[in-house]
Amino acid sequence: MIRFTSVSKSYPRTGTAVDNVSLHIGRGEFVFFTGPSGAGKTTLLKMVYMEERPSSGEVRVSGTSSVTAGDREVAKLRRKLGIVFQDFRLLDNRTAEQNVAFALEVTDTAPAMIGPKVARALTQVGLAGKGTAFPRELSGGEQQRVAIARALVNDPFVLIADEPTGNLDDRATRGIFQLLREINASGTAVMMATHNLELIRRQEFRTIEMTRGAVVFDSAEQKPARES
Amino acid sequence: MRSIRDALIAFRRTPLLSVLSITTIAFSLFAFGLFGLVALNIREALDRLEDRVEIRAFVADGTAPESMAQAAGDIAAYPEVLATKSVSQDEALVRAKKELGDFRDVFEGAVLPASIDVRLKPGFRDPASVKRVSARIRAFSFVDDIRYGEEWIEKLYRLRNVAGIAGIVLGLSFAGVSMIIIGTTIRMAVLSRAKEISIMRLVGATDGYIRRPFLIEGLAKGILGGLLALLLTYVTRTIIDRYLIQTIFFDARVTLLGLLFGAMLGLLGSAFSVGRHLRRV
Repeated sequence: MIRFTSVSKSYPRTGTAVDNVSLHIGRGEFVFFTGPSGAGKTTLLKMVYMEERPSSGEVRVSGTSSVTAGDREVAKLRRKLGIVFQDFRLLDNRTAEQNVAFALEVTDTAPAMIGPKVARALTQVGLAGKGTAFPRELSGGEQQRVAIARALVNDPFVLIADEPTGNLDDRATRGIFQLLREINASGTAVMMATHNLELIRRQEFRTIEMTRGAVVFDSAEQKPARES
Repeated sequence: MRSIRDALIAFRRTPLLSVLSITTIAFSLFAFGLFGLVALNIREALDRLEDRVEIRAFVADGTAPESMAQAAGDIAAYPEVLATKSVSQDEALVRAKKELGDFRDVFEGAVLPASIDVRLKPGFRDPASVKRVSARIRAFSFVDDIRYGEEWIEKLYRLRNVAGIAGIVLGLSFAGVSMIIIGTTIRMAVLSRAKEISIMRLVGATDGYIRRPFLIEGLAKGILGGLLALLLTYVTRTIIDRYLIQTIFFDARVTLLGLLFGAMLGLLGSAFSVGRHLRRV
């Protein structure tokens, strides 16, 4: 479903961000990406939604190749992905409902479909009663839920979350993580970058650790090696 | 629908810059229009004069009528020539008397030279063509002298060209300024909506979709500028027509072309700017 083949990414000024990474993420998987700041987690995630293209190698996401895809194809691909960030990225002058609806409005969704889809997505993240609230009237955890609802409203096959709990307290973090598990349980793959080792340690999910652009540990492949 | 609404909102967000964009586009087209009108009216006057432009080749005394007829036939075959007419000495006298009316007595007993009168086809009545044809006619040995359109036709021609060039230079300068102002307006609009645009990208809006409201905004400004220029030009022309001299106005085709040019100006100014700045968001 998502495959990295010998992917490297370097920038003219800062040097290598991702160094010869090959990996595969299957349908419905839950994968943690971890490692110190600047290890290349964010760059790796950006290459999934093709905000960045590899300097060498290829990323394939659901049939779209980073080597050949044009702007239009990337736009079409992103309609099948859900993307969430640490800083929520909500529009302050729109209500929760309008923020979620925005994703549908700008992708040519039939107007009649928008209302029901938005209501369903907000219910799914537990904000059914807060649709008319503006972001400033919501807690951090609630704002992130709105962002997740926006990511889910197009029924993505994978949810990409870059430090989704980075700005949240422990309680909100647990809530968001619980929500991501539920989303994963309903069949959507989740790729989550996080610093929160506490969170990872308590889970059985696949964990990929990166250092200086390279994958240094992948629990799906290297578990035996680590145990020995 | 959403694009049109967004474009309207953009107008409200930066009213001063929007008005400035529209005004400079209008000035650009007004410059084109004003000098275009001058050129058009000179052209119109020239056309009326040119209808009368004739080359008159005076023939030496004693030239045989057959030679004259032969030459008239040869000249009529030139590609520039519409028709020729041989005028004998007697006919020249009759014509002169008729043209002078009350003063016809002046010609009592006079001898006027015979001539071959040459009329040129439309499109060959400019000074250069007239000179070229005259030079060829002069080659006939029995042609004494050649007269054609007055010097001031040439001056009018020059004036028309000056008016045309002045209009183009001024118009293009204003066009350049209006493109810059539109570009700046769009830049501010793109930057003020940077977050919105980045989210649009993230959820899969196409570049075309993101661009559309900005392009519509530019197009609308161009059309409004064009209409304003049309109004200014028309009012100016009406004033001149009433108080100075009678003038004609552009036909519908040229008017439409002017509006189209305004629309293109707005659209292109936006397209360049939005293309450049979207990449940075």
